[in-house]
Amino acid sequence: MDKENQQKRDIILHIRRFDPERDESPHLEQYTVKVEPGMTILDGLHQIKQNQDSTLSWRFSCRMGVCGSCAMLVSGRPMLACNTQILDITDRALTLAPLPNFDIIRDLVPDLTRLFEDHVAIQPYIQGQDAEEMENPTGEFFQTPHELEKYLQFSYCIKCGCCMTACPTMATDREYLGPMALAQAYRYNTDSRDRGYESRKSVIGASHSTFNCHYAGECSNVCPKGVDPARAIQLMKRDLVLDYLKLKKRKKACRVMGIPSDVERKPSIPFPPYTVEQK
Amino acid sequence: MSNNEKMYDNRLGIIGWLGGGRWGIERYLYIIHRLAGVGVLIFFILHIFEGNLRIFGPEIWNPVMKVMEHPVFKVGELFIIIGFAFHALNGIRLILIELGWAVGKAEEPVYPYKSSLNTQRPLMVIMLLLAILLIAAGGFDLMFLGH
Amino acid sequence: MRDMKSEVGYWTFFIIAGIVVFVLLFFHMMIIHMDQLLGIFNPAGGSALDWKNVIYRSHSAFFTTIYIILLAAALYHGFYGLRTILFELGLKKRTQSLITIAVWVIGITLFSVGVFANIAVQTVKAAV
Repeated sequence: MDKENQQKRDIILHIRRFDPERDESPHLEQYTVKVEPGMTILDGLHQIKQNQDSTLSWRFSCRMGVCGSCAMLVSGRPMLACNTQILDITDRALTLAPLPNFDIIRDLVPDLTRLFEDHVAIQPYIQGQDAEEMENPTGEFFQTPHELEKYLQFSYCIKCGCCMTACPTMATDREYLGPMALAQAYRYNTDSRDRGYESRKSVIGASHSTFNCHYAGECSNVCPKGVDPARAIQLMKRDLVLDYLKLKKRKKACRVMGIPSDVERKPSIPFPPYTVEQK
Repeated sequence: MSNNEKMYDNRLGIIGWLGGGRWGIERYLYIIHRLAGVGVLIFFILHIFEGNLRIFGPEIWNPVMKVMEHPVFKVGELFIIIGFAFHALNGIRLILIELGWAVGKAEEPVYPYKSSLNTQRPLMVIMLLLAILLIAAGGFDLMFLGH
Repeated sequence: MRDMKSEVGYWTFFIIAGIVVFVLLFFHMMIIHMDQLLGIFNPAGGSALDWKNVIYRSHSAFFTTIYIILLAAALYHGFYGLRTILFELGLKKRTQSLITIAVWVIGITLFSVGVFANIAVQTVKAAV
């Protein structure tokens, strides 16, 4: 045996399979994968599809923890398949299942329609103070680094659905908005350029929303991007209560920074030479 | 994706409240808080009627209090003390968290990620210790000194 | 589609009721369950549940007021909590509004019973 093969280990992957055309309910199937150090779960799935079972399906896109497509339940804990190395979790066997709390379309592919519907419900876009300025901008909205920090952490969300899977309220409540949508509502509410709090209030203040979070804290534990939805939801509860008690501070108007008039452009900087020949 | 395609409902249901075993401690506190709350509420409704017996005078009150000395009621009361002490102190922790005093401010996520769970953990430890202290004091009084 | 009825007021009072219950029940527990350790509010001495002590507290205006406030706050806090748990079971909209009505009716009934007892006990004689 050469040195390269010595490092490889046989790992058993139990994968939850479901074919809507044949199966009534999902069942486990077992595959053995030769794993070398550094191999991710996504690599393992590709290896199975290439060499053992071409019918296995799952969702993936970027392979580097940016797109949020490949979230799945790895040995009972939701994580990104592309971000997790097999040997980090186990040296014998692991179980792969689709994200619970969503319908299964096929094998490891969950139906995330609800996640995106919830996201749409909280109006995830900046609703400015000045519609005319938003449509025909004369400059840039001014934001201090301090104002940026207030929401920056929550804007790293990639909508993978891990938090929706880990949340105990999501397990039973079909109408609950879920940690992802609520954290995003807080992200837009705290943005200094945004004036949408009043129109979002009816959604986030209603039943099956912010107040059905009881701080089990699991969303923050499983988040692959460190977004901490639990913190966002608690801070939003504070906002809602302070607003109800009429103690909430009004947001300051967001300044527009026009194009400076008293500076001159540098005399023309030469365009770099083309690297490809122009036709 | 057409809607008439058959899909499997993968919702966890009430079993999802309990968690699978690889969850954090706050999740178990959440479920115990819930159980203790329901338990204390049931006891409280009975307690309203029990306390109302005093309108019938000492002839009814004293025999009822004699019945309450029975070990079955003693053990029941001990459970109420445990449930109440936990629910009260964990509830104070939750109120502090939910009003935004114990979760900290948004911060730049740097791997390994720290979350608001780490921010509130000292508070959680203090509250659990206080709950244990209350349970010990109340239980001592209940079991060895009287009721 | 989505129910837009605001829950913020309900929830704010749920938290306030929780704090009230915490403070009052803390003293309640001190008086009743730590009577032997602390020995407060027992003018007749001995156990807090002796008839003499019970009727003394029942006849005091201070304790009667506190009992009624505690009753209201605890019922509100308890039943709102129960309603939250039931709402999370994924029930139909109709069932949910029925639960809200039922919780209000049961809560107000229990409150009336408690208030009635607190007032009726004023006429009970202290002597055995």
